[in-house]
Amino acid sequence: MRGIVRSMATTLGAFVRGPVTREYPEGHRPIPERDRAFPLLLWDFEIDEPYCTGCHACERACPVECMTVLMKDNPAHTSLGGNSSRRKIIDKFWIDYARCMRCNICVEVCNFDAIAMNNTWSGHETSVYDRADLVMDLPQLLAQHKAGAIDEWVAP
Amino acid sequence: MVANTPEQEFETRELLINMGPQHPSTHGVFRMVLGVDGEVVTDVVPYIGYMHRGAEKLCETMDFRQGVGYMDRTEYLANFNAELSYVLAVERLAGIEVPERAQWIRMILCELNRLSSHFMFTGAFGTDVGVFGTAFVYSFREREVILDLFEEITGDRLMYAYFRPGGLAWEVPENFETRVHEVLLSARHGIREMDSLLTENEIFLARTKGVGAISAADAVDWGMSGPSLRASGVPLDLRRDDPYLYYPQVDFDVITGEAGDVFDRYHVRLREMRESVRIIEQCMEHLSDGPILPERLPRMLRTPPGEIYERTEAPRGEYGIYLVSRGGNRPYRLKVRSACFSNLQALRDMTIGHYVADAVVILGSIDIVLCEVDR
Repeated sequence: MRGIVRSMATTLGAFVRGPVTREYPEGHRPIPERDRAFPLLLWDFEIDEPYCTGCHACERACPVECMTVLMKDNPAHTSLGGNSSRRKIIDKFWIDYARCMRCNICVEVCNFDAIAMNNTWSGHETSVYDRADLVMDLPQLLAQHKAGAIDEWVAP
Repeated sequence: MVANTPEQEFETRELLINMGPQHPSTHGVFRMVLGVDGEVVTDVVPYIGYMHRGAEKLCETMDFRQGVGYMDRTEYLANFNAELSYVLAVERLAGIEVPERAQWIRMILCELNRLSSHFMFTGAFGTDVGVFGTAFVYSFREREVILDLFEEITGDRLMYAYFRPGGLAWEVPENFETRVHEVLLSARHGIREMDSLLTENEIFLARTKGVGAISAADAVDWGMSGPSLRASGVPLDLRRDDPYLYYPQVDFDVITGEAGDVFDRYHVRLREMRESVRIIEQCMEHLSDGPILPERLPRMLRTPPGEIYERTEAPRGEYGIYLVSRGGNRPYRLKVRSACFSNLQALRDMTIGHYVADAVVILGSIDIVLCEVDR
């Protein structure tokens, strides 16, 4: 009997404690700066082009091969009359979010800090009706940083 | 006329009952076929492999940094401990010297992971016993506090991929020490709460005492390890008996039980959590500034040819990595020695002769993670 009374006392203690749960779809808990959802590409606002040069480093390092990268000559390069120092630039970029295992390796191997993990709630709410919609192309990958909707954290 | 015995009156025979793979209390996709005579279990045939993903084989196609992410997925309740075995094996084979600070942080994280895993166990065990759904919710509340800390450090709640051969992926946040103390405070409160909720509860004792006992000799014969083995009274703890990291420098007790029954397996884990808190407190005193990665670490890590077996004490027992390398940047063969797989072998011996209702309790007391069993 004593043990049961003790259990009841513990339960009563929790009764007077405040709730620890949240109403999820209505409210979002703040998520830490380092949160890793899915990789995004970053936009170089100074020159108005992506940081990514399409060097394939992330594609080669990806354990699950979720990336496809195509590179092209940069039309905005200084030798062609532009203002960019990037000789090559990303042409097409696909990341299959359904395959990605969010290991952060692509961010670590990037030589240009051109890729970052999405650390906002948008990265966690990616449900779609068709799997093919989870294959993100270049405009989709760049959109969030371009719109200033992400405060990126790149591992030092 | 002589009255018929019940056996003649009703046709009685042994039944085969299928339990799982889709069963709420099998802790994953695990199937048992129970032979029952009335209420008593006469035979247990476990079927595993529903969760087989070929993690070992996959790791052979990956370099040593990529493999860390896969180790997470073999043991989803104690990911840091699984990563640790792997990186220690790679480090020993490649001869990498790991900075002191990285080792202490690894130790803290592994012990915190042990806490979160044991919280998960006590909660799930409460529901397995039947009437303690409350314990489940409370322990999840405490576990969530620890996972929040992990998320702040590594960026993910479960699949951390934070250890690297040579050290850590990146530095812990600045408020790491204050946050760990906060978490320990709540963990201590949580352990006390679990203790008062379950340990002395008469219903809980009636369901667990004397159920599913296994003797020390049998437990050793079946190759059990971890808390399940210690509950039978065998004081084997790899942290003390085959030390790794800086465990020789900290002071802790190896908790053992006596009867080896379900209650002891629960109680050993609960008391072990207090030891984990003690270890973390001592680690925090040793933590000093310094690098988290060795000065010279090649971009692509290569190991010399050789083979190595590295084992650590994960929350469920001995988690070993057997790594064969023929040179190059990826393992030639990787074998995971999973604690749950060996512990699960004793299930038959434990269950036979007990009631059907206890089968779930006994299975829960082994604390299996099916991802680790099937890999």
